[in-house]
Order: sequence, then structure tokens, then C-alpha cells
Amino acid sequence: MKQETMIDYKKDKKRIDGRKMDESRPLKIEVGVIPNANGSAYLEWGQNKVYAAVYGPREALPKHSADPLKTVIKVEYRMTSFSVPQRKRPGPNRRDQEISKVLGEALTKAVFVEQFPNTEIGVYVEVIDSNAGSRVACLTAASCALADAGIPMRDLVSAIGVGKAFGELVVDLDKAEEDAPDAVDIPIGILPNSEEIVLLQLDGLLTDKEWEIVSKLGINACKKVYEVQKEALKRKFDLSEAMEKKDSKNVSKENISKENIDKKNVEKKEVKSVKKKVKK
Amino acid sequence: MRSTILESDIQKVVSLARDGKRLDNRQLDEMREIKIETGMSENAEGSTIVTLGNTKVIAGLKIEIGTPYPDNQDEGSISIGAENLPLAHPDYESGRPDDDEVEVARVVDRAIRESKAIDFKSLCIIKGEKVWVGYLDFYALNGDGNMFDAGSIAALVTFNNAKMPKLDAENRIIMHEYDGKLKLSRKPLLTTFVKVGGKILLDPTYLEEKAAEARFSVGTTEDGFISAMQKGVGGSFNKEEVSYMIDLAFKNSDKIRKQILKI
Repeated sequence: MKQETMIDYKKDKKRIDGRKMDESRPLKIEVGVIPNANGSAYLEWGQNKVYAAVYGPREALPKHSADPLKTVIKVEYRMTSFSVPQRKRPGPNRRDQEISKVLGEALTKAVFVEQFPNTEIGVYVEVIDSNAGSRVACLTAASCALADAGIPMRDLVSAIGVGKAFGELVVDLDKAEEDAPDAVDIPIGILPNSEEIVLLQLDGLLTDKEWEIVSKLGINACKKVYEVQKEALKRKFDLSEAMEKKDSKNVSKENISKENIDKKNVEKKEVKSVKKKVKK
Repeated sequence: MRSTILESDIQKVVSLARDGKRLDNRQLDEMREIKIETGMSENAEGSTIVTLGNTKVIAGLKIEIGTPYPDNQDEGSISIGAENLPLAHPDYESGRPDDDEVEVARVVDRAIRESKAIDFKSLCIIKGEKVWVGYLDFYALNGDGNMFDAGSIAALVTFNNAKMPKLDAENRIIMHEYDGKLKLSRKPLLTTFVKVGGKILLDPTYLEEKAAEARFSVGTTEDGFISAMQKGVGGSFNKEEVSYMIDLAFKNSDKIRKQILKI
């Protein structure tokens, strides 16, 4: 720690891990990773690793939580006990609760919620390893999972952490930077096409001039995140479309009835069962 | 409570089982395919993802310093927790661990603890003051039945690969530095069965668990010991059935052990 307080990014022109000031950590996204879910995503962002799953639109429970005008997006942000250096006690804490709330609110703007009155969309995000920026990782993953579920959306939500560390304005702070004496941490999430801001929090001390600069850095960085999200979604749907065409020639129907499964999922199951038969 | 399981599906599973068949075309004594990945969480002292058919579980271990129990001043301990995340199945709900989660965590714990695989005395740092405590938690990432065996495999692989934290001169943990591995003298594994339509099925899916009259798990070691047993659900087994299941559990767990630990 003592060494780190000696660091001056202005002089060094480089960050602790060697990144440029506006460079984010490597980001990888894969969608459709949880078979039971209507939509899902796995995301790796530097050391951060998160899963997101979407169930719904489905019956809102408890019933009084239903809204006759729109669907309710219920986000649950959780961390596994082993995802942090000091074991986290199982069960949600106040931080988890607050993050769940702001993530749900951020996603609400992206979804055409008025199309599904009286229902809920359950969005579950689980952090399995972390190193600063897990909430923006979760928001980014959650919006991919919603798109994967085929839920009508205005846009994806792309998010990133920006801020200040060791005297410089930086993009995608890691834990060492978050612990800097002058650290400012700003999670920001936008609808990338309209640049509307749907998530914005700030911890630390910042001047309005610095905000002007760092907000631009944030929006630009979010747009790069958006490209990775789009790629991930395209990868899945291009592939499955091609496979469906191939397999649909010999589709024989298997009647396993299940509630709460939309047509798309039923189709997926049929394709899977056909593949199994082909193997045999 | 949500339930996405239909009575008609349960009836189908029961009638298939009566004819010695299963919905996924497995033999009654056939395990689903197992896949193992390790080391995904850098913050954990060990972590493993187990895929058992469509069931997917992640386990992670944190090893911390605790105080010993008053009656075992020179022994460390382990603690195992389980959570069926709502992310993993439309029927799973968040909140305090329910009966199923508590049971599966305790049975997985028992199979390892009672096998004496981990020497708790070796986890003592300073008698009466400081001991190592291993917190292993496993979570469903996709739920399709048999959290018992998936959790047990995940726990065994995680303990088997676990790094011990490094201590400084004052016996405090140095973050992200390690000092050797956790010692595991036995490799216990659970094997779980259900009784459906009067037949015994190895490694039940979620739907088969819902159709089960009775469930049975047995922990076995590579050197011929039984370390835990648990019968669940309302129905019953006769003595011959229990003997059959124990015998099959030894054979089956030997195969799995070879695959997951490469021994």
C-alpha cells in the first residue's frame, strides 16, 4: 500500500497494470449459458466474472407486486461468498440491495415494459469473482441476457466504471485504483444509441470540469462495451439460426409439456432432442 | 411458491420407470456425463464448476482464521453451505436457505467430515487461539436435479485443489499469497438414488426427483468405507434395495473418482 501512494499517473503516463488512461480491461461475453433460463449471459471483465439469467415475463409473485400498466423488472445482484478476498457472509447485505435496485431501474428504461402488464421479469446476476466494477459488469451482462430472452427493448444497456485515481482521470478502475487516496468511482450505464444515461453513481471528490471530461470518457467507453455485447448476441443467433435450418428438415415432435416456456424455447428443446437422436 | 412441473410429466416419468426406462434414455444405473473446470475464482482458495448433465454447480472455498471450539482447542474446522440460486431454475427462490438447501449442504458436509479426509488437528495454528476454518459454499448455476452428487463432486475437487493461505510472523493472513496445499487423505463422494415407480434410479434429474417416492444418498471412500447416509422423501426402501444401492455407489464413485481426480 505504501508503495502505491507514491504512484503519480500524471508523471508515469501509465497505470499500475500497464493500461493507458482510457483503456479498459479485456471484456468477454457469451450469451445462452444457462439452459433453464429464458435468456442468460456469462461475462468476464478483467478478473470480474459474472452470470446473468432472465426468467419471464411471468406471473408476478407476490401478487401485490404486479403493476396493471407494466411489467416489473426484479433484479437480484448477489456475490458468492468466495468472490471477494475476505469471505462474504451468504445472504444479501445493504450493498447488494441498493445495487439490485439501481440496476433494475437502469434496465427498466431499456425494456418496453408497457407491453407486459401484470407480469414480472426476474433478472438474476451472480458475481463469482470480483476486482472492482462488478455492478457495471452485471448490468452489461443483464442487458445481454434480456436480449437473449427475446424481450422487446429500445436498446441494450452498456455500462462501465470511470473516475479518478492517482491524479488522473481513468476508465475502468481496478481494485488498486479504487483504493487510491484520491479515488473517485463513477459507475455509468447508458443506452448507447441515444446516449441516455440510465445508471449513474459517484463516490469521491470531483470538480465539475473533471466531470465534463470523465463523463465523455465514460460514454465513449460504454460504446466500446456495446460493440462487444452486439458481437456476443450475433454470435449466438447466427450460429443457432444456421443449426436450426439444418436440423428442421427431420424434426419429429416430442411432447413434453411445460408451463411458462415461450415458443422460442420449445423450439430450442426440439432441436436439442433431435440432435441427440441423430447422435444415436 | 412457483412450480413449473406438471403432474402429467411426473406420471410419464413414473410409467417409464415401471418399464425400466427414463425420459433421457439413460439406463436406470447410468450417471449423466460429468465435466469439471477449476480455478475460475482468483479470490477463492479453490473453486470448481461441475456439470452433471444439465445440472451445473459452482463451489468455492475461503480459508480463514477462526477461534477453535471450546471442546476442541487444537482443531480447525470446515463449514459447507448450499444455495439454489433463482438464476438456476424458475422454481428456485431467493431468501434464507430452505429445507432442501440445508439438507444438501449438511449431507455433502457429512460425507467429507466423517470420512476423516481432512485432519482437523492439522488445521490448528495456535492451540486455543487460532485455527484454520474452511468455508466451502456451492451454488446451483443451472438446476436439473441431484444437487447432492454435483455438490459432493464440486466440494471434493475444490478441497483437493485448495491452496493454504500464507501467514506472516504474527500469524496473520498475507492476502493473495499461499503456502502449500490443503491435505486430503481420503476422497469421499456421495452417490444418490431415487425410487420411482418401484424402481431404483441413479443420479435423478429434477423431474425424477419430483416423481420420487424416496431418495437415498451414500458417501463412499476409495478404501471401502461408508462415511454418510441419508434417506429422504416420504417413501421407503427395503434392506435389499439399500444393499444394492451401496454396492452400486462404490462401483460408480470409483469410476467418477478416476475421472475427476485422475487417480
